[in-house]
Amino acid sequence: MKNITEESKHFLSVQDMVVQYRSEGKVVMAVNGVSFDLDKGKTIGLVGETGAGKTSIAKAIMRILPDHSTYQNSGKVMLDQEDIMSIPEQEMRKLRGHKLSMIFQDPMTALNPVKSVAEQIAEAVRLHSDSNKVQAMKRAKDMLELVGISADRANEYPHQFSGGMKQRVVIAMALACDPMLLIADEPTTALDVTIQAQVLEMINALKEKLNTSMIMITHDLGVVAETCDTVAVIYAGQVIEYGAKEDIFDRPAHPYTVGLFKALPGMNKSSRRLSPIVGMPPDPTDLPSGCSFSPRCPYADDACKRDAVGMQEITPGHTCRCLKAPL
Amino acid sequence: MSALLEVKHLKKYFSTHKGVVHAVDDVTFSLDEGKTMGVVGESGCGKSTLGRTIIHLQEPTEGQIIFQGEDVTHLKRKDLDRLRENMQIVFQDPYSSLNPRLSVRDTIAEPLILSHKFKGAALEKEVNRLMELVGIEKRLHNAYPHEMDGGRRQRVGIGRALALNPKFIVCDEPVSALDVSIQAQVLNLLMDLQQENKLTYMFVTHDLSVVRHISDSICVMYLGQLVETCSTEELFKNQLHPYSKALLSAIPSVDIHNPTKRIVIKGEIVSPIDPKPGCRFAARCPYACEACKEPQKLEMISTGHFVSCCRVKEINQLS
Repeated sequence: MKNITEESKHFLSVQDMVVQYRSEGKVVMAVNGVSFDLDKGKTIGLVGETGAGKTSIAKAIMRILPDHSTYQNSGKVMLDQEDIMSIPEQEMRKLRGHKLSMIFQDPMTALNPVKSVAEQIAEAVRLHSDSNKVQAMKRAKDMLELVGISADRANEYPHQFSGGMKQRVVIAMALACDPMLLIADEPTTALDVTIQAQVLEMINALKEKLNTSMIMITHDLGVVAETCDTVAVIYAGQVIEYGAKEDIFDRPAHPYTVGLFKALPGMNKSSRRLSPIVGMPPDPTDLPSGCSFSPRCPYADDACKRDAVGMQEITPGHTCRCLKAPL
Repeated sequence: MSALLEVKHLKKYFSTHKGVVHAVDDVTFSLDEGKTMGVVGESGCGKSTLGRTIIHLQEPTEGQIIFQGEDVTHLKRKDLDRLRENMQIVFQDPYSSLNPRLSVRDTIAEPLILSHKFKGAALEKEVNRLMELVGIEKRLHNAYPHEMDGGRRQRVGIGRALALNPKFIVCDEPVSALDVSIQAQVLNLLMDLQQENKLTYMFVTHDLSVVRHISDSICVMYLGQLVETCSTEELFKNQLHPYSKALLSAIPSVDIHNPTKRIVIKGEIVSPIDPKPGCRFAARCPYACEACKEPQKLEMISTGHFVSCCRVKEINQLS
């Protein structure tokens, strides 16, 4: 009984998520037991480098992993007290867009080039509500205005918009059905900084207005600092550190998190040399035994390389997957 | 010390069916030996075109390029080969800038062979020396680009650029495609090489924290024009042009206790096709006025600090 009450406290609860792909006869271990919680109206940042498994986590929550290459996908995703991993695809389809929706990284490829932007948004609206064509178009135009695109341009096609504008269209589409959970996968990575500033400002304002919960996937620690309440640092498909933004930025505990901050230009003003993390992220088809960061970790010893390392609490709410933490 | 490179009123226009693209429009600067100049700006501001025009990957439309005291604006094929030994480029995307059918050895050996300076055993020795210099493991001697990660590919690109012992290298977004931890490795390598070989860099990037870290001076570009240039320290402490201010304030800060006060500018970069005379930033500028419709001149505000804005003194309350 205790378990259920604990779960229901959170708006979103991801538990023991595993995603594996098949590729060239090998098994790619993309996500290896990821768990995190998210409350209503809050934002969690999933931070990590290329190939850490961030996008796989997002796609698994949306249930849009590629059928042909997915080898295994297990775990539990509780959204608003409903286990969305076990419902039939037909039910899931109704939830997508309406209860949860996703902003994809690349606005250049996320839009349909042969449909006007308003049509694309209206299509999503009609799928998820009883509105007729006229109402849906009206809603689409309202959404475009909301993200700062004049309704006069509603009938234009994606190629007539700049990158920043296209990303706004993608955001308008994702928000058109008032989702309760928004997954933003690197929403500003393809944009210039001044446009990124505009888009982040807009996302923050909309989130506040609609009280949407958000998963912000990014490799940019600056974006995390500006948009997130809690942070999960992802390495080799695992959460290796988890806590409030202040915990992660002020008191990073995992050697990988510490290394990420040290590698940032401009963080260490006394020295011109940067401190990169030695080595490379592990091959997801052949993960090392024990802690997956141990081959690159300056503090690793035999114990780190022997057994899988569990999450341990540093302070209440701040957990870390390291035997040596806090350093 | 005299400047290694001087660029005067450089223009590069492209004719398209829609009109003339003013990619680089009247850019002037000089760069001393052994220094790094950063060129920053957003996509489409002409920063890459500037770099490519200087090293003659494109013929300049107008203006002058003076390298080591010699006017190299227009060169014949033979002289161009000689110039290229001294001027090299490292490209942005290590995934597309290397020939997929050449191994690491062949990629680095190619410029050495073409220069007729190395043959046989000496050639192989030189290739090995360069591989070691840029930190590529010996076992990757016969590896192909697709077998390597982005960081190693970029090292190969740097090794190839260094092969003929150039004096000047244009680094065109060399770390943009790399993850933070790998980016730090490549930046360190570039700085070490600069010290050992007295290299001069022109570092083109949109990443202001990278440019702050690596550059001695910075040029801020907007739609083909230079809007501000000064030392790195001065730019981050005392930027004067309204665009520079907005650009610097837009960087998301990792300091969660002191978030940057953001100046969000409206709108987006306009088209560089047949632009009107006058300040090109005016359409987005919070201080724009009638006078901004006139052509702007780059004006010296203090020693080494140039700004192209008719209201710069007023905005910054300078006497």
